[in-house]
Amino acid sequence: MEMDLLQRFEAYVASEKKIEPKDWMPDAYRKTLIRQISQHAHSEIVGMLPEGNWISRAPSLKRKAILMAKVQDEAGHGLYLYSACETLGVQRDDTIADLHSGKAKYSSIFNYPTLTWADIGAVGWLVDGAAIMNQVPLCKCSYGPYARAMVRVCKEESFHQRQGFQIMMNLAQGTAEQKAMAQDALNRWWWPSIMMFGPPDDNSPNSAQSMAWNIKRFSNDELRQKFIDLTVPQAELIGLTIPDPQLKWNEETGHYEHGPIDWKEFKQVIAGHGPCNKERLDARRKAWDEGAWVREAAAAHADKRAAQKANTAAA
Amino acid sequence: MNARYEYLLRLGDDALILGQQLGLWTGHGPVLEEDIALTNIGLDQIGQARAWLTMAGRAEEQGRDEDALAFHRTPAEFRNAQLCERPNGHFGDTIVRQFLFDAYAVQLHAALAHSKDADIAAIARKSAKESAYHLRHSSAWMVRLGDGTPESNDKVQASLNVLLPFAGDLFHADAVTDTATSEGWGVNPASLRPAWEATLAETLEAAQLQRPAPAPEQTGGRQGRHTEKLSYLLAEMQVLPRTYPDAKW
Repeated sequence: MEMDLLQRFEAYVASEKKIEPKDWMPDAYRKTLIRQISQHAHSEIVGMLPEGNWISRAPSLKRKAILMAKVQDEAGHGLYLYSACETLGVQRDDTIADLHSGKAKYSSIFNYPTLTWADIGAVGWLVDGAAIMNQVPLCKCSYGPYARAMVRVCKEESFHQRQGFQIMMNLAQGTAEQKAMAQDALNRWWWPSIMMFGPPDDNSPNSAQSMAWNIKRFSNDELRQKFIDLTVPQAELIGLTIPDPQLKWNEETGHYEHGPIDWKEFKQVIAGHGPCNKERLDARRKAWDEGAWVREAAAAHADKRAAQKANTAAA
Repeated sequence: MNARYEYLLRLGDDALILGQQLGLWTGHGPVLEEDIALTNIGLDQIGQARAWLTMAGRAEEQGRDEDALAFHRTPAEFRNAQLCERPNGHFGDTIVRQFLFDAYAVQLHAALAHSKDADIAAIARKSAKESAYHLRHSSAWMVRLGDGTPESNDKVQASLNVLLPFAGDLFHADAVTDTATSEGWGVNPASLRPAWEATLAETLEAAQLQRPAPAPEQTGGRQGRHTEKLSYLLAEMQVLPRTYPDAKW
């Protein structure tokens, strides 16, 4: 019976049809999705912190408005994703508790600091750019609620990527100090950004199964290559230098070749030893703890309202 | 005295300072929905500030745009109500500050929508839609917090006790507002008070909060006399344009 269901499930997914919340699915498929979608939601929420860091210091009112709108979009993405996760039978508060306890992960890119205004440009351009590369294929993911959330998320991310690039372009064409700021930001964000695609294919434990289930469509290295091929000419266009002396165009393959990635750093940051891991988690926990009385008040008020309504209905 | 410039600065600075403060909640709210709501309200405030300050710059006729006015004035040159610069504090402090302001803004924008100046009327009409939504949000939270738990009631009552006297600036009439009123393009702020008091009374009742005993009102914001906080707030907000005066962003 179970075997039969599994076979039907696999055939269904292979035919590019969407799995919906009430459909039967293997436990491992459900668990993989819960892990991936909740990590994705946490990344959106933790990702608000490094960019939110510059809202109060945005250099013009227009930039401030754009940045607030952008970070607010990330909160919205978090909300859809937590909701998509709930369709798999887990509660948002429990998912958030896993983030706070350190059990659940989030994208380790957000453990790097935003030190200057140019970092806001670099994050939009590179980090959101890499995120789009990862997420566009997810619009065709086999799980319906996740795929649909991704369609909207990707539209907004592509606006974010363009605003980030525009910040960088203005800086690169600005004063000598601004140009130096832009180059410094690119130097610091380049390598962490290309690590966002995850470990190389020969060392990516969850990939094969996710590919078979149509959750994942391209390998980590394929996506990384696509991102590099797209981004290098953009940097050249605005006169910035990618901080990789071994980077070169390969006429035969039609791709850029890049220097070795420091996977030791990647593992260190994932293991909790990045520059801001503690700060980011502490900020999330603090917001949650300090908001407890507010959530309790809202719940108590809602209960009283419901009780009043019930009384009125009974009378 | 350029009454039009002064009057528009007051409108712009109230919105700017509130927007600046609400932006600090982004990523730090008590629940995700409130991160979105507070940032969104802050975004509306920044949008209003840009419109009013652009107009103020035109009225001044010194070639200053919204950014010159936002980033290159000293605290004593700011004309916001002191209420707007009160610190974010805890969520209840922010909600009370916002509620007191929103209840005023709804009246202000409704009145300014009839301004003889077509530009002022147009911005006011757009802002009126936003402030109506802001008031719905902040008054709903006044009720949730006031009615919620004994702890939340205590907290928000304490916020109200501290913040209410700072509402004084909002209704302060002087030569600037007299000119604005007699020329028909602005509003006498004192005339907005009765409706504001009615909103306050109605919300406090629903929230089971007590109106604090009358206390002397804190005023001076409209003349450039501010609390200690404003200088810090501006130092942070203005750091980039002041550090790199030749840069465009």
